[in-house]
Amino acid sequence: MPDDLNWAIGGEAGDGIDSTGKIFAQALSRAGRHVFTSKDFASRIRGGYTAYKVRTSVDRVESVVDRLDILIALTERTIDENMDELHEGSVIIYDGERTSMQDVEIPDGMIGLDVPLKSLAEEAGGGIMRNIVALGAACEVTNFPIENLDASLEKRFSDKGTAIVENNKESARLGQEYVQENFDHDFEYDLETTDNDYVLLNGDEAIGMGAIAAGCKFYSGYPITPATDVMEYLTGRIDQFGGKVVQAEDELSAINMALGAARAGARAMTATSGPGIDLMTETFGLVATSETPLVICDVMRSGPSTGMPTKQEQGDLNMLLYGGHGEIPRFVVGPTNVSECFWKTVEAFNLAEKYQTPVFLVADLSLAVTEQTFSPETFDMDEVEIDRGKVVDESEIESWQDEQGRFQPHFPTADGISPRTFPGTEDGAHMTTGLEHDSLGRRTEDTDVRIEQVDKRERKVQTAREEEDWEPREFGDPDADTLVLSWGSNEGPMREALEFLEEDGLDVRFISVPYLFPRPDLSEPIENAETTIVVECNATGQFADIIEHDVLERVERINKYNGVRFKADELAEEIKATVSPQAEVEQ
Amino acid sequence: MSSEVRFVDFKSDKQPTWCPGCGDFGTMNGMMKALAETGNSPDDTFVVAGIGCSGKIGTYMHSYALHGVHGRALPVGIGVKMANPELEVMVAGGDGDGYSIGAGHFVHAVRRNVDMTYVVMDNRIYGLTKGQASPTSREDFETSTSPDGTNMPPVNPLALALASGATFIAQSFSSDSKRHTEIVKQAVEHDGFGFVNVYSPCVTFNDVDTYDYFRDALVDLDEADHDPTDADQAKDVILNGDKEYQGVIYQNENSVPFEEQEGIDEPMTTVPDGAPDGATDLVREFY
Repeated sequence: MPDDLNWAIGGEAGDGIDSTGKIFAQALSRAGRHVFTSKDFASRIRGGYTAYKVRTSVDRVESVVDRLDILIALTERTIDENMDELHEGSVIIYDGERTSMQDVEIPDGMIGLDVPLKSLAEEAGGGIMRNIVALGAACEVTNFPIENLDASLEKRFSDKGTAIVENNKESARLGQEYVQENFDHDFEYDLETTDNDYVLLNGDEAIGMGAIAAGCKFYSGYPITPATDVMEYLTGRIDQFGGKVVQAEDELSAINMALGAARAGARAMTATSGPGIDLMTETFGLVATSETPLVICDVMRSGPSTGMPTKQEQGDLNMLLYGGHGEIPRFVVGPTNVSECFWKTVEAFNLAEKYQTPVFLVADLSLAVTEQTFSPETFDMDEVEIDRGKVVDESEIESWQDEQGRFQPHFPTADGISPRTFPGTEDGAHMTTGLEHDSLGRRTEDTDVRIEQVDKRERKVQTAREEEDWEPREFGDPDADTLVLSWGSNEGPMREALEFLEEDGLDVRFISVPYLFPRPDLSEPIENAETTIVVECNATGQFADIIEHDVLERVERINKYNGVRFKADELAEEIKATVSPQAEVEQ
Repeated sequence: MSSEVRFVDFKSDKQPTWCPGCGDFGTMNGMMKALAETGNSPDDTFVVAGIGCSGKIGTYMHSYALHGVHGRALPVGIGVKMANPELEVMVAGGDGDGYSIGAGHFVHAVRRNVDMTYVVMDNRIYGLTKGQASPTSREDFETSTSPDGTNMPPVNPLALALASGATFIAQSFSSDSKRHTEIVKQAVEHDGFGFVNVYSPCVTFNDVDTYDYFRDALVDLDEADHDPTDADQAKDVILNGDKEYQGVIYQNENSVPFEEQEGIDEPMTTVPDGAPDGATDLVREFY
């Protein structure tokens, strides 16, 4: 009997796949089980294959794996799409009464459960609840107490009235009973429950919650997959904390609105994906040179151009590190799991304000749409610390004025960080500009002042290098000969891959790097390793390139760019093959 | 604010580098007077400027100011005002900045109706890049990049504003100092997006739309029995291609600024030392 269960519901976009999957994931979470979800989806409102997958265990789960145990298939294509992951003994729940499913063939060795989902749902009050009937059937197959599903249904439908909630509960029971009565099979699954409390959230939600925790009050954005959830999360919620979300007419406007709000003294943010970053790059240099604190979140998806909007990729690193004309100081911070999406967002706001520098907060699609369970203490709001940097009020303004009483927003201090004062502060009136400027913020082409201001802005980065903690996250065996480096969402599958590798007798040291710029010095671990492998979801190895550049040594690369995230078991195999390519050939 | 503020308080000690005789001098003076006469002070005012000759205004005025990227001044102004509705926000730009590269933002800023003032110095030419056609240049206007004319009708910014749901549309002439100041003042006082297209002649590169031309062509709506609260009359004035008008063309007296509708009533500038009260409830939502 496996420790973990891999479950999925799949069908056409518009079939309610997402909400059904979420209801099941929530039921599991409420029952004290760990959950890790993933989505195969198309950016269409209707039409096209889509699936919601849940991996669950009483132990922590950090990744998807290449195995599917139970599949609710609303369409025949759902079975075809998942053939690689289905195995002997996999259970497929389907509705044979559905015209398109009448001739469906259950692959050899798998168990097909033909459940009249729609008819049973109609019995309970409406065919629309057929997916809930399927969830009830799944509860029976997995021996999962259906009361947990009730709690989840209440959460989902309570605002629609008790009748709807009760009908849904009834639907689930009809599905459960149908399986009980019609299939004489002893399913091997037993989803035990625990008393643990978990919260279930995805990376976009964690970023949004992090923004509120950090005191962000202004968010402007333009909807784009897979960053829209950040905006939707904040809409309405940020208002309760004195803030506002503004939907701009495009990303050019979104970043400029955020820039305006930040100059007015608010903690401000915008979030987008690659195509939006392209547009925002226009204003990015202005943000940096006007020394405006701003958090710009890039939830990466597959590119270039429109690429594959609903698919995973980590292809924007070079753009985030080097994008924009001229030389632009910046920070690039990349959370490596869902809970870190929260903490790194808080950190991004502090970095932005302390150093009056734009911060790219970079996540990837897999992080953004993955729902994962955590103990609520993971997001302990008492641990949130705010540092607004050198904000100067009326009482201190005089010490930052020049001899003519003019405030100097770009004064070249020793650490590079100038005083900052908010509009409305008496005697603080000043301008700033995207033109090279003097300490007063006025245009200059004076050669000495140019050097002074460029150096001053760079000095902020230097100060940050020295003052801040840029430590990476480390896992596995610190003395291992094999070192794996990665960034972003690869941390999850890689952590689980370590367990597979250990079982196979391969010790690995794994360093997950959340700071892309400035980034930690990795020369020592790389020198100590016999083999260094950089794992990332892109074709050219952008992170591997900068690591090689940093340490002047070649590294091995594992790249995936088919639009699908790494899976733990697959990654373990690839690492084995990279460490001993010969062994792989002999297999 | 204090009634002691004079318009020169809005003047910086930096001397403008505009060509002698440039319309922008008069435009800027009127803006400073309007700000002073409406009781604003430099410390409570935020000026946003775009790129072009007009963009230099942030340097020559004294206030909080940002001189941004080309065409995006309006979104910056919206962000400033929403983050701190207590500030007086004035956005300045030219016809290229506002009606060409920034045309998209213009339409949406008009729709959004945030309480701010937008002054466009319209000289119907690109001055800073030394004389190319602008979106308001005449169809037969010959320039270095349009030797046979633009072969396109000029943009009618007033019509664009009207069609976008503007609550305040006005036009003025930089050399009619008194009327220009009055009109900008009304725009500042308007509860919503106060849009003023200012004829601000370029003496160096535009020999068609000159001071003389505007002096002859301008009809003052104050003397024309015009009711600016009447949308139909406004439409007639705006779509009449034979004449040039100055004055307040349209004002919706029932205008409620966007930020007010959105319930923003205090500055967003305060941030507690830790997570805000109630933040833990956000975690509980995910149970």
